[in-house]
Amino acid sequence: MSAPSGTVRPVSVASFAQSPNIRRDDQRNEVEGLLPVIAEVFGNIGITKDDVDFICSGSTDYLIGGPFSFVMALDAVGVWPPRAESHVEMDGAFALYEAWTLLQEGEIDAALVYSFGRSSLGDLNEILTLQLDPYYMAPLWPDIVSLSALQARALIDAGKATEADFAEVASRSRRDALANPKAQVAKDVAVDVLLQDPYVVEPLRRHALPPITDGAAAIVLAAGDKATAWSERPVWISGIDHRIETHALGARDLTSSPSTALAAQHAGVADGKVDIAEIHAPFAHQEIILRQAMGLDASVTINPSGGALAANPMMSAGLIRIGEAASRIAAGQADRAVAHATSGPCLQQNLVCVLEGA
Amino acid sequence: MTDATTAGADVGPVTTLATPISLDFDFTPGVAQSRFLKALATGTFVGQRCPVCTKVYVPSRGTCPTDGVATTEEVVLSNSGTVTTFCVVNVPFAGQSIEIPYICAQILLDGANVSFMGLIQEIPTDQIRMGLRVEAVWVDDADLTPSLASIKYFRPNGETDAPYESYEEYL
Repeated sequence: MSAPSGTVRPVSVASFAQSPNIRRDDQRNEVEGLLPVIAEVFGNIGITKDDVDFICSGSTDYLIGGPFSFVMALDAVGVWPPRAESHVEMDGAFALYEAWTLLQEGEIDAALVYSFGRSSLGDLNEILTLQLDPYYMAPLWPDIVSLSALQARALIDAGKATEADFAEVASRSRRDALANPKAQVAKDVAVDVLLQDPYVVEPLRRHALPPITDGAAAIVLAAGDKATAWSERPVWISGIDHRIETHALGARDLTSSPSTALAAQHAGVADGKVDIAEIHAPFAHQEIILRQAMGLDASVTINPSGGALAANPMMSAGLIRIGEAASRIAAGQADRAVAHATSGPCLQQNLVCVLEGA
Repeated sequence: MTDATTAGADVGPVTTLATPISLDFDFTPGVAQSRFLKALATGTFVGQRCPVCTKVYVPSRGTCPTDGVATTEEVVLSNSGTVTTFCVVNVPFAGQSIEIPYICAQILLDGANVSFMGLIQEIPTDQIRMGLRVEAVWVDDADLTPSLASIKYFRPNGETDAPYESYEEYL
C-alpha cells in the first residue's frame, strides 16, 4: 500500500554526478573511476563525506569477476570515522530506494548513494545470463540480446509496435544525446537510414541495442534542514516504489510491464502533469512498453538525456535517470518529472520515482 | 538396454544438477597499482602517500581509504621491513607450491603505513617472531616482471629486532 498523503518525509535529490560514459576505461580501476564522481557529488553542494550519515551503493561482482568489489569501492569515499553503510547487488536506483527508506525513519538527514560498473571487462552478454534462474534457464546460456529480441518479437506479434517504432526511439534518443556531454553514443540519424541496419538478433537491429559502457554515478539525498540548506530549489521525491515480476520468463506477458504499472501507481505518477520522463530502457522497444505501463502520453518529453541507448553503464544507468530528471527540475526546465530504473531480464523488476520542484 | 525414451521411469527423480559456469575477465590494476607493479619489475617497492593523513600505502589502490582522496605522491620504499605478525603453515592444501612447514608473515616495509603478506625463508620456523627485521630477496634481474612473483621471499636482514612500539599500530 502506498503511504497516505502527508506521512512521507520529504527527501530531496540534493546533488548528482556521473563519470563520462565510455566504451572501455582500461587505465583506472573501479576506485579510481569512482573517486572524481564522489568528489563532484559532494563538491556540487559544498559538503564533505562527514556531512552524510549513511552510504548505500549498487554494483555487482559479476562485472569485475572478483569478490567484494563493493567493499573496496568504499576507498573512494573514505569511511572514517565508521558509519552505517549498505550495498545492493542491483542498480544504484535501488540503493537510492534503501537510503530513502532509511531517511523516512527520521534518524538521519543525509545519505550518499553511488554505483559503478565496468561492463568492458568480460563478455557482458554472457555475464547477464547469470541473472537468470539457475536451474532451468541459465544452463542454456540464453544471452540478453536474444531474450530481448524475443520480447520485441512478441511486441510486434501483438500489434503493439513495429520495427519502425523501435528505430524512432533510437533515432530520437541518439539525437537528444548530442546535447549530453556525458553520452557515449550521440548522432543524428534518420529512421529510414536506421531501418537499413542489419539485424543483430531479429527483429532487433544494431540501433535498438544499448552501447556497452563503463561508468559510475552518485547522488546525495537530503531531508530536513539539510535539504533546504543544500539546494536553492530543492527537488523533492514525492513518490517512489519498486515492484518485481516472476523470474520465469515464460510465465510473463513480455509485451506489458505490470510491475512498472504498479510501481507508477504507488509512486503517484498520475497525480499531476508530467513534464519529462527519464526511462531506463536498455533496448529501444522497452521504452514503448514502459511508456504504456506508466501512462505517459505524447505530451511528456521522454529521455532528454538520450537515455540508456546513449549510455548504458551497468548498475548506474537507472540511478542516472533519477539524477538527470532531478537536474532538469533544478535547472527550471521542468516542474514534475518521472524517473524509472529496471533490473533483470526483459524488464523483470522496475522502480518508479516521481520528482517535483519546490 | 533400456530405451532412451523410457529410461526416466527407472532412474528416479533428479536430485542434483551440475551447471558448470566459466567466464573470462580482463583485469585492470588501475593507475596506482600499475605503478607499484612496474616498480616490482625493477626490484623496488613504490607506495603512495595520502596528502591529508600523510600515510603511505603499498600497494596503493589510488586513494586513501581513510580520507577518500587521491594518493598522488609516489614514495620509493626500503627493501627492508619488520614482521608484525606471522603464521607457520603446516597444513597441506590443493595447489600448494611451497614445501610445508613454511612461514607466512605480515611485513611492514620501512616508510610504509600498511603491511602486506610475504613468504619468509632462511630462518627455522621455530625462530620466527614479531619484530624480526627482514629484507626482500628478488628473482634474478632477467626474471623480473611487473608481478609479485618478482619477490622470491623475505629473509632476516641481520638487524636487531624492532621494538614492539614501532609496529604496534599496525597489528
